[in-house]
Amino acid sequence: MPADSLLSLQAATVRFGGRTVLDSVDLSVAEHEIVCVLGPSGSGKSTLLRAVAGLQPLDSGRVLLGGRDQAAVPAHKRGVGLMFQDHQLFPQRDVAGNVAFGLRMRGVSRREQAGRVAELLDLVGLPDAGGRAVAALSGGEQQRVALARALAPSPRLLMLDEPLGQLDRSLRERLVVELRELFGRLGTTVLAVTHDQGEAFALADRVVVMRDGRIAQSGTPLQVWQRPADAFVARFLGFENVVEATVGEEAAVTPWGKVPVPADAPSGARTLLVRPAGVRLVAADLGLRCTVAARTFRGTHVAVRLQPENAPRLEAACPLRTAPEVGDEVGVEFDATEVVVLD
Amino acid sequence: MAARLALLAVPAAFFAVFFAYPVAAIVARGLRTGEGWQLGRFAEVLAQPDVRQVLWFTTWQALVSTALTLLIALPGAHVFARYDFPGKQLLRAVVTVPFVLPTVVVGSAFMALTGRGGLLHEWWGVRLDTTVWAILLAHVFFNYAVVVRTVGGLWAQLDPRQEEAARMLGASPGAAWRRVTLPALAPAVAAAALMVFLFTFTSFGVVQILGGPAFSTLEVEIYRQTTEVFDLSTAAVLTMIQFVAVGAILALHAWTVRRRESTLRLVDASVTARRPRGARQWALLGAVVATVAVLLVAPLAVLVQRSFGGAGLDYYRALTSEDNGVFLVAPVEAVGNSLQYALAATAIAVVIGGLAAVALTRRDAGRLVRGFDALLMLPLGVSAVTVGFGFLIALDQPPLDLRASWILVPLAQALVGVPFVVRTMLPVLRAVDVRLREAAAVLGASPWRAWREVDLPMVRRALLIAAGFAFAVSLGEFGATVFIARPDNPTLPVAVARLLGRPGELNYGQAMALSTVLMIVCAAALLVLERLRTDRTGEF
Repeated sequence: MPADSLLSLQAATVRFGGRTVLDSVDLSVAEHEIVCVLGPSGSGKSTLLRAVAGLQPLDSGRVLLGGRDQAAVPAHKRGVGLMFQDHQLFPQRDVAGNVAFGLRMRGVSRREQAGRVAELLDLVGLPDAGGRAVAALSGGEQQRVALARALAPSPRLLMLDEPLGQLDRSLRERLVVELRELFGRLGTTVLAVTHDQGEAFALADRVVVMRDGRIAQSGTPLQVWQRPADAFVARFLGFENVVEATVGEEAAVTPWGKVPVPADAPSGARTLLVRPAGVRLVAADLGLRCTVAARTFRGTHVAVRLQPENAPRLEAACPLRTAPEVGDEVGVEFDATEVVVLD
Repeated sequence: MAARLALLAVPAAFFAVFFAYPVAAIVARGLRTGEGWQLGRFAEVLAQPDVRQVLWFTTWQALVSTALTLLIALPGAHVFARYDFPGKQLLRAVVTVPFVLPTVVVGSAFMALTGRGGLLHEWWGVRLDTTVWAILLAHVFFNYAVVVRTVGGLWAQLDPRQEEAARMLGASPGAAWRRVTLPALAPAVAAAALMVFLFTFTSFGVVQILGGPAFSTLEVEIYRQTTEVFDLSTAAVLTMIQFVAVGAILALHAWTVRRRESTLRLVDASVTARRPRGARQWALLGAVVATVAVLLVAPLAVLVQRSFGGAGLDYYRALTSEDNGVFLVAPVEAVGNSLQYALAATAIAVVIGGLAAVALTRRDAGRLVRGFDALLMLPLGVSAVTVGFGFLIALDQPPLDLRASWILVPLAQALVGVPFVVRTMLPVLRAVDVRLREAAAVLGASPWRAWREVDLPMVRRALLIAAGFAFAVSLGEFGATVFIARPDNPTLPVAVARLLGRPGELNYGQAMALSTVLMIVCAAALLVLERLRTDRTGEF
């Protein structure tokens, strides 16, 4: 474990009834690092945050902040910030009252409070909003106020639960860039959870993929994207062309026939991932014979679903102009540089 | 959880000492002799024809009253839930006034309307006070608000789009209402019906005044057996019978309430009401307003009118005279007594009920806690007469020798106030999102601080409303107070009843005048509350 890790979980386990929601999770977050936990709903992400915040007691294992065991420290004394999924702004207080809440709890003087509130509202792009009622805010504004409220007491660790979950797509894409820039500038240590891979990749220095309460993979966004740890991670990232294969010297035997693999690939019974870009369409009398089952316009390219005889479907990415029509017969060849041997 | 159980300890102790103990003591006094428990008395008492008569009358009048109230009040619930019209706030306050009025006032109001020399008698020569109709109408009058508030409150929060979805799937408007809205409302209708049944089954003041010698409910019979016949063992048996019946009704009620809470998705009530459109909707609104005018406003108006009989303010003036032969003091002093007692009772009820409500807030609370929830409702149904008399015989020894203490009356009144406080506070407390508290905790607020910063501001209004209800019911409490209020310190309802029990025009007029005073105090308290009303409160 790195010496400078601000947060570390050691074999953290939480059970709800008979179900294990967090299963012996080890995780550490270094100072100034932005870590994003990515996983489908029900994978235990939110429970992880609640355990760190002290809102959910552990059944076993430890949570350490700055090297100290937090077992006996109640939530309000841990000095971490948590931005809730649906913000949970206090409805009976105005914007400034919400942002100042954490400062009041720490006994900060009124003058200092006012200064800090103005500074933070400025930071999140809502100057002069202090007197507004929270019910009158739009979703994006609520999100900003929730962020300002969480940041105000300068928590040593800021946790975000689906920070952009309820916002519309364009706003989400803009805010995720703003957030990354803001956290970089402030040097905030961040632990976020999301089910949206785009959000995770855009925000994080390091991505942690969770499945059924366990960590499936941890790495930089590029590492995870390029080499998913297993079939689950690959499928969760949106890859469809994942099959069991027997890998040999230069090629693997798959239901789709022989697929070339990169030179350094491990051999034996493996799981194989073929990126859509690695599925090349050729004339129908060459390669694997397929029928076009569906096509989906994706903006920069067309995703084509191909149905081979007696094999699982394949997804291919085709340029807009050359994409075949539904019902066309095509041939398929594979490109070794877009093939990844998993496990 | 341990902290919550500790919170429960105070209300539990209160109920044990001031409810369970007195009731048990009086039952024991009636049923235990030197030779042990006389359980044979049950069979003997139940074999008496007049006791069977009372049981039969108590049950059927409660059933008919409940059916009649539902029939008359359900259209009202619909109008309040779905229509928006000028004066809606005022009308809502008007229909709620009867509910907080003392039963004694309701009794005298119907006496003034339907009794000998009453308005109907003068105009058409019709007298209802010798028939059961006066009782039934008074029960409808009294419980109209229970149905409107319980059913209408839920109806207003049902999403109209559910019906629209049914329409899009091919249901006619009638079928959509029958298949979607009605099933959703059914638990609320059942809960309201059970509450009305409970209140009418245990009706005392109304029947005491309007029933005459012909009609008697269990509660009236208990009073008669205790104070006139001095047959404590019969009274004890009747008390136990009522206790079992009330327990069964409350268990059913708790069950329907739980079902109502668990299964529905609700929307903000303010978005579901709209202006009535078309002749049919306006006609319905008109009919509801007319019903309220005839059934609810008229009796009160007659009451006020009677109080000005004679020569203008004569009856009111007489209230200030000490030389009246009925009391040791001027009747008007009852106003001051009542206010003092009611304030003390309200304070007790808010503390006890508030603690209980906080402890019961958790939805996932265990059986024990849920059982306590139902237990808190018992004083609403258990014979107030028994409680009052129980106070006298049980709380007469050190360390609890309270017979001579003024606190006895507020304690008895608080017992009836507590269920109202719990019922008003609980829905609001349960509606506070746990995660708001968590958000406060993460921002550095200790659990107590988080409660003060998050919960308290949200429940402050509910607390005031609860206090108002407790104040109104304490002010009107009659069954228990009539036993324990000392002759030189009568409360308003006790004074009214005593004046009504005396012959003579002047006594009758004074009773009307005093009832009017009581009504105005209650109505004023209620109108203040109506301004504070929130949509989540008011399960009654």
